[in-house]
Amino acid sequence: MSKLHISTIINGEPEEFLCEPEETMLDVLRDRLSLTGSKEGCGSGDCGACSITVDGSLICSCLMLAAESEGKKIETIEGMSDGETLHPLQQKFLEEAALQCGICTPGMLVAAKALLDENPDPTETEVRFWLAGNLCRCTGYDKIVRAVLDTAQEIREIK
Amino acid sequence: MNDANNKWIGKRTIRPDGADKVTGQATFGADTTMPGMIWGKVLRSPHAHANIRSIDTSKAESLPGVKAVITSVDVTNYPLDKPVILGIQDMRWMTRNVMAREKALFHGHPVAAVAATSQKIADQACKLIEVDYEVLPWVVEIDDAIKSDAPILHEFIEFEGKPSNIAGTLEHKKGDVQTGFEEADVIVERSFTTRPVHQGYIEPHACLVSVSADGRTTIWSSSQGQFMVRAMTSMLTDIPQSSIRAIPAEIGGGFGGKTIVYLEPLATILSKKSGRPVKMVMSREEVMRASGPTSGSKSTVKMGIKKDGSIVAAQGTYYLQAGGLPGSPIRGAVGCAFAPYDIPNVHALGYDVVSNRSKVAAYRAPGAPIGAFAVECVIDEVSEAIGMDPLEVRLKNAAKEGTKAAHGPVYPRIGYYETVEAALSHPHREIPLGKLQGRGVASGFWFNAGGESSSQVNITEDGNVVVTTGHPDIGGSRASIANITAELLGIDYKRVSVLIGDTATIGYSNLTGGSRVLFASGMAVTDSTEKVIVSLKERAAKIWDIDPEAVDWEDGYARPAGANAGMFDPLSLEELAERATETGGPIGAGSQLNTAGAEGGFATHMCDVEVDVELGIVRIIRYTSFQDVGLAVHPSYVEGQMQGGAAQGIGWALNEEYIYDSEGKVDNPGFLDYRMPVCSDLPMLDTVMIEVPNPKHPQGVRGVGEVPLVPPLAAIRNAIYDALGIRFYGLPMSPPVVLEALEQREAAE
Repeated sequence: MSKLHISTIINGEPEEFLCEPEETMLDVLRDRLSLTGSKEGCGSGDCGACSITVDGSLICSCLMLAAESEGKKIETIEGMSDGETLHPLQQKFLEEAALQCGICTPGMLVAAKALLDENPDPTETEVRFWLAGNLCRCTGYDKIVRAVLDTAQEIREIK
Repeated sequence: MNDANNKWIGKRTIRPDGADKVTGQATFGADTTMPGMIWGKVLRSPHAHANIRSIDTSKAESLPGVKAVITSVDVTNYPLDKPVILGIQDMRWMTRNVMAREKALFHGHPVAAVAATSQKIADQACKLIEVDYEVLPWVVEIDDAIKSDAPILHEFIEFEGKPSNIAGTLEHKKGDVQTGFEEADVIVERSFTTRPVHQGYIEPHACLVSVSADGRTTIWSSSQGQFMVRAMTSMLTDIPQSSIRAIPAEIGGGFGGKTIVYLEPLATILSKKSGRPVKMVMSREEVMRASGPTSGSKSTVKMGIKKDGSIVAAQGTYYLQAGGLPGSPIRGAVGCAFAPYDIPNVHALGYDVVSNRSKVAAYRAPGAPIGAFAVECVIDEVSEAIGMDPLEVRLKNAAKEGTKAAHGPVYPRIGYYETVEAALSHPHREIPLGKLQGRGVASGFWFNAGGESSSQVNITEDGNVVVTTGHPDIGGSRASIANITAELLGIDYKRVSVLIGDTATIGYSNLTGGSRVLFASGMAVTDSTEKVIVSLKERAAKIWDIDPEAVDWEDGYARPAGANAGMFDPLSLEELAERATETGGPIGAGSQLNTAGAEGGFATHMCDVEVDVELGIVRIIRYTSFQDVGLAVHPSYVEGQMQGGAAQGIGWALNEEYIYDSEGKVDNPGFLDYRMPVCSDLPMLDTVMIEVPNPKHPQGVRGVGEVPLVPPLAAIRNAIYDALGIRFYGLPMSPPVVLEALEQREAAE
């Protein structure tokens, strides 16, 4: 089968690519577009390291066919900071040491941002259940949950 | 050293690699490419145990797009009769682990590998390889493997004079347990089992290797030691170490599981054969089937205690699964089991048992959680038997400075006693428990390690600092190195850049493992930085034309040491860097050390559980870790180690296990069915860092990374007893197991 031509918007920029029909969004991001911030931890939607948003919805990019991105707006970790200015979540993750090895961090941040976009004042339980699809083996989640809660509070105070 | 005057040591600075990691720019094992790169894939055994009669690769080789196919004949052979030791590994086993040679020893064992222009073609080519197997009877469980009529994995391994699956033993003895037990008022003897669990790093093994026509080899890979990668790859490919440059990628978790190679030698040979850079990445399923895990075990522990709470004798026997090739962590199990206690009579014995499972790899304090689980459960029971609080029993028997441990050493100043004291007086202990809730405690020990580390500290021309060490940073060690260097030089930590060198740019450095990195590299960096300070003083002395002894280094400036030295304006690091050429050339110093004095790490954990008796789910509702951390150079990352270890322990205790089907094949090789703790499973994990500085380290550092995984298993088991009145003797205490126990009790009543 010949390759598919896909037009999409990634992190606010128009993007075109060719892909095989069976290629996942994650494979295209990583192998065709050099956006390696999204990680493959499992390839089965269990670890969340490949989390992206598609038209604002949080998904595992390993479970999405790249061809499905036609006409959609994709956001990845690479689009989260504005040049030199980190997103408040990114900044808080650094300040509070909410990462150790850092492999889950991109997915964790994308997921956390999707939570705060939807719910600016989550409880600890809400954070924990929202992030239950993002595995971290290093931190025991403690500092991650605190960083998300602290960021939410900081954003609310600024607003 | 961690006093209020410290500017950087003990401060929660931003890690040097942080910005890259929160923006997705950090490059991990699978994140790089090279021009002309092709893809490698591994063909794995579909049988748990089989002789390999022959392999025909001709069809695969003729598939368009296939550039190379390899089997064990392409990998350096080390005959079975002579050990070839590298660190704690034996290359006889390593060569057979990366590629099956005479036999496939487990389902998923590599038997061939392919490199092709696409992953798809490589997959197709693997299917075209024809392997003629003679399927053999197989065995996966310890009890089956040590039966007299068990299928034997390796005929050359003998135990008690005949071929056996018991590949080795280790014994520690102190005093005379027989006499000790005679003195006891109460003796409790119990048997336990634990299941194999995987390290569970989120990043699968990955590498990219390029071999030039002249044999010069570049390896980019995620590992816990670029020098280990270089040495093992060299030994498995016959390419000299001087021709191999192993570059450490950022590592996405290891926990011990990346202290050996799996893919690097294969990619190297495929690259050499094809003349193209070869990238190999394991799938999660491959990770679960063919890398790690740590051992499953069975054990029996017997303890004798007097009514006054003194433990007079202790005996432990441990059988640990090694997987298909010898080398289970019996040293950690038998060495660490009784190490927190001053017991006059101890006998600990371990057996290394091979069976048709993937070869075990190190996992955070290898063996120690298994050793401690049985001991800490029995301590709970002897404490109950004499009516004494289990923490008081631990306090009474706590090892201290001068205690001779059964595994050999006489302890210097250690902080075990303090961890128990802290637990006894902590508010956690006073929180009332509700219905079906319980509280448990347990302690643990890990050896910690020193060994070889190198560092280079260079002053840049603009007066800033670049530090290079040789250890992959797995949990924030660069941040701690920046703190130490900035403290010694008296400058802002942001002026210190910390990098991990590759094997061509920094001297030999042993693994990121054994909780050794900050201990050893902190020593090397301290040594290098002190040399730099000597040089800076000499340069100031030259400029001022005074004796170097008359120069002090303080807060980033050279100053005359008192009025007698002369009246000179202080010289900053920037000024001295600017004048480096005229005062003797570039400013920098290196150190290559074999460090010693790591000394042990101790921890005590307290855990509250609530049992859902309808579903059998044990929920952790409160958790506090008390640990002697020596000195917390960067407290956030010390807490992070304590929390991460506790979380892994919770997974091991409650849910994680390898499940085998009737064909000897892992039935749960993915994160859905291999159930690691997720965010909603856990509460906040509280930490109490107790600083008893290691007297043998310039900053007082003790390893902190591994001991946090030692106490949780028993702490949770003891808490479940407190909640339900049921004592479990096997892990995991998963919902079906808990439900069954509840049903059995109901039936008995």
